[in-house]
Amino acid sequence: MVTYIIRRILLVPVLLFGVTVLIFGMLQFLTPVERSALYVRDIPKNDRQVHGIILRYGLDKPLYVQYWRWLVGTPDQVTGERNGGILFGDFGWSRTGSQPVGDLIKTRFPNTLDLTLWAVAPVILVGIWLGVQAAVHHNGFIDQAGRIFSIVGTSFPTFVFGLLVLMIFYANLQWFPPGRLTTTMQQVVGSESFRSYTSLLTIDSLLNGRFDVFIDALRHMILPILTLSYLSWATFLRVTRSSMLETLRQEYVTTARAKGLPERDVIFKHARPNAMISVVTLAGFTVVGLMGGVVITETVFDYPGIGKAAASAAAQLDVVTVLGFALFNGFILIIANLVVDVLYAVVDPRVRLS
Amino acid sequence: MTAHTPTGDNTLLGEAVAMREIGRLERFLGPENYRVLTGLFKTPAAILGFTLIILFIIVGLAAPLIAPPINPNDPYKIPRDGFSAEPRPMGSEWRVRQPPLPFWWEPIMKTDQWVHLFGTSQGQYDVFYGVIWGVRTAFKTGMIVVLSTFLIGIVIGSVSAYYGGAVDNIIMRIVDIFLTLPFILAALIMAAVLTPRLGRTLVPSILALITFGWMGYARIIRGDILSTKERDYVMAARVIGVKDSRILFRHILPNAIFPTLVLASLAIGDVVLSFAALSFLGIGTETGYADWGQVLSFARNWIISLDQYWYIVVWPGITLVLFVMGWNLLGDALRDVLDPRMRGKT
Repeated sequence: MVTYIIRRILLVPVLLFGVTVLIFGMLQFLTPVERSALYVRDIPKNDRQVHGIILRYGLDKPLYVQYWRWLVGTPDQVTGERNGGILFGDFGWSRTGSQPVGDLIKTRFPNTLDLTLWAVAPVILVGIWLGVQAAVHHNGFIDQAGRIFSIVGTSFPTFVFGLLVLMIFYANLQWFPPGRLTTTMQQVVGSESFRSYTSLLTIDSLLNGRFDVFIDALRHMILPILTLSYLSWATFLRVTRSSMLETLRQEYVTTARAKGLPERDVIFKHARPNAMISVVTLAGFTVVGLMGGVVITETVFDYPGIGKAAASAAAQLDVVTVLGFALFNGFILIIANLVVDVLYAVVDPRVRLS
Repeated sequence: MTAHTPTGDNTLLGEAVAMREIGRLERFLGPENYRVLTGLFKTPAAILGFTLIILFIIVGLAAPLIAPPINPNDPYKIPRDGFSAEPRPMGSEWRVRQPPLPFWWEPIMKTDQWVHLFGTSQGQYDVFYGVIWGVRTAFKTGMIVVLSTFLIGIVIGSVSAYYGGAVDNIIMRIVDIFLTLPFILAALIMAAVLTPRLGRTLVPSILALITFGWMGYARIIRGDILSTKERDYVMAARVIGVKDSRILFRHILPNAIFPTLVLASLAIGDVVLSFAALSFLGIGTETGYADWGQVLSFARNWIISLDQYWYIVVWPGITLVLFVMGWNLLGDALRDVLDPRMRGKT
């Protein structure tokens, strides 16, 4: 197991290098003028300014020099200050956000994290429950209903589903509005007395003892959570079901039944824990996938996270901003995937003991 | 020496052979691939999926008859009935620049007044027209993307599997890198980067979906080739000195390609879904191009009054869902048939 984990960790720099090269490659589609947003705020207006920027930041140098400077930044010739440098979190200037991309990520990411964390529990628990039920009632009514649900579920694009639930629960019933907070609650959060401990709104509101803010935030998150969940439920149902069916066929399950254990114990104490091994991996990847899958959901529900920021920057062709988000997302996913793989090695006896 | 020629004497053997006739298709595909193909059309779900796809093909082919364009040379431009922002309800009459009447309208409705069957969206784009011609856009983008990703995946996957060792290792790490970014985000960036160079057409989105869509095929074909290349006939070809490229493309690929081929042909649904997602996010074609994602994106500005304007979500939404579901139903049946544990049960 130790060799496996070491090999897996050694892969991280390779992936990091690869993703930066990939994104740097996409940057090369831009003209030097557009790329200047990596270093300066204002779009250069005349040829002399453009020329100056190209010289100053070495945008005419060979690609490997440019790549290196993009990674670690360019020292200013006069002051010696560092300009740019994605390794230091300096992703450039966001035209659509009117602030550095790094700051934009800093304000938007907690919202996305908040949403993802709240979505994790329903996704995993309900998904597993559905799968176990379908397997236990193999070919019965629940199983067939589950099968239909999973086919219809995977065929429903997130944005169609999102628009439909908004139509029903917002336009018709007025229950769950889109956005992040109602205006009055926004004023509460913006006021002096509301202290920010974690930047995660739901946790902060509890720490401040403002249950009204907490409820309001949750009310805005229910539809996005539902939208993020239903797709994963379909996958979870499928995987848990087949893994559970596989386990129920094992001889030790028959033994447990033969010695007269109640069916409840056979299923929940003997079969389910072993069927969960493959589900654990899926759970890990789902959490990771949720972070990436927020682009469309956040856009539909007008939820101010990084997904929506990336989408609206892309729609306005603000490429430097989008690439900044992609880099950030890539870094996070590489680390998260590493954690999932290592946890998997710890959980699965077949890997642990090899 | 006549004893060894088969005669009518051996009735037992004759019966055994006659028990199952092997058709031309089965002979061509081989028993395993034939089983997959016939197994596909035995479940009701797969047949429903197949029916849906056939229906969409018919609608796509008959688009000029169902919803005639104003300008036959530029049929993908959704005709507009004025410019006002407020959507108009289903069945409201065309006021400005009515397109030619479809042939089936007058006999049924007894009037030559063409109406907005599915209403109009913001900017008075006719939703019905967008839905009908969107079928063509869907098939077009779907087939281009699937074909290209399939070819790229096949080439990369085969090279990786056939040479193995360091080549395999490097290629598979590149695959890992391409898989690191979430698919839709990666495609979004690529399309945003390409749009200023290539203009607001279908091309940037298609290229973006191709760039980040080939990895799955490369992985599957690699696995199938790894098992095929251990077969005796490959060894035999190598022994008599056949060139590498010939062994790969003539001996191994034809025997390993089938599962990937079928999977790819069913991926059109997913591709169309991703494409619609990109246009929904506002990347891709110019405003007013007949594609479902774009028609749906008009609804984004009317969220609060969707109870009133439900038709701008429901019609294109249902069409997209049915299209994707058709392919998914077929794909689901395929997974069952391809599952090795199901072998010998059909």
